[in-house]
Amino acid sequence: MNAIVFLIFAAVAVICGINVVVRTHPISCALALIGTMASLSVLYLLLGAQFIAAAQVFVYAGAIMVLFVFVIMLLNAGAEQKPHGAWMARLTGAPLLVALLGILGFVILRAFPRSEMARFGGFTGGTVENVGRAIFTTYLLPFEITSILVLIAIVGAVVLGYKEMD
Amino acid sequence: MPQGVPLAWYLILSAILFTLGVAGFLFRRNLITMFMSIELMLNAANLTFVAFSYHFKKVDGQIFTFFVMVVAAAEAAVGLAIILTVFKNRATLNVDEIASMKN
Repeated sequence: MNAIVFLIFAAVAVICGINVVVRTHPISCALALIGTMASLSVLYLLLGAQFIAAAQVFVYAGAIMVLFVFVIMLLNAGAEQKPHGAWMARLTGAPLLVALLGILGFVILRAFPRSEMARFGGFTGGTVENVGRAIFTTYLLPFEITSILVLIAIVGAVVLGYKEMD
Repeated sequence: MPQGVPLAWYLILSAILFTLGVAGFLFRRNLITMFMSIELMLNAANLTFVAFSYHFKKVDGQIFTFFVMVVAAAEAAVGLAIILTVFKNRATLNVDEIASMKN
């Protein structure tokens, strides 16, 4: 059962990820990215990260992607034109990407030759209670600094949006 | 049915998604699509964090995922504002045409 659910949603995530790369229209890319994020949230749930799974749907698939779709529609971005001289990037980039994937896979399989079996319910520490306790005790200072970061981001976005007016 | 999935599969999936993100960043010429490829890479890193959180049976990895989400939200807000400004000034989203810092 675990394997079936994992394989289904891993396949959905990879197919949507490929769509992000190959689709020419930005809206199609955004929808494919939402599919990837939603299936990743199911995988988080399988790994016992309940709060993170919910936050993934709310924050990533909800807030951030709405921002993306909003900007795409605001700019009326059409399909991307075929770039000239892109064959050079493809010629050199594709083997390097295959090498990157090969190295990553090699390292992972080398480090975890007989990894443990992850199953649903094997770890239930990701509840809101546990995550909240960790955030507000051990990671209190980073959490507070994060609020300053978000404030700076808001101010920066407003300043950038204001400058384009005049 | 207590059978599970090897944890390495999650890491392999994360590696595949990360490579797809790098491919999108390298091959696409649209500013917004490149930005979305970065989000894909961040998501792949998040999956690794959560997988190791399961491995060590500790919640710390999930806290890091939480912080990555917050940073991604801030980054998306500022980045999209920059993209809006660039589009206002250059009227294009193609990175080949906005390669120079000055006109």
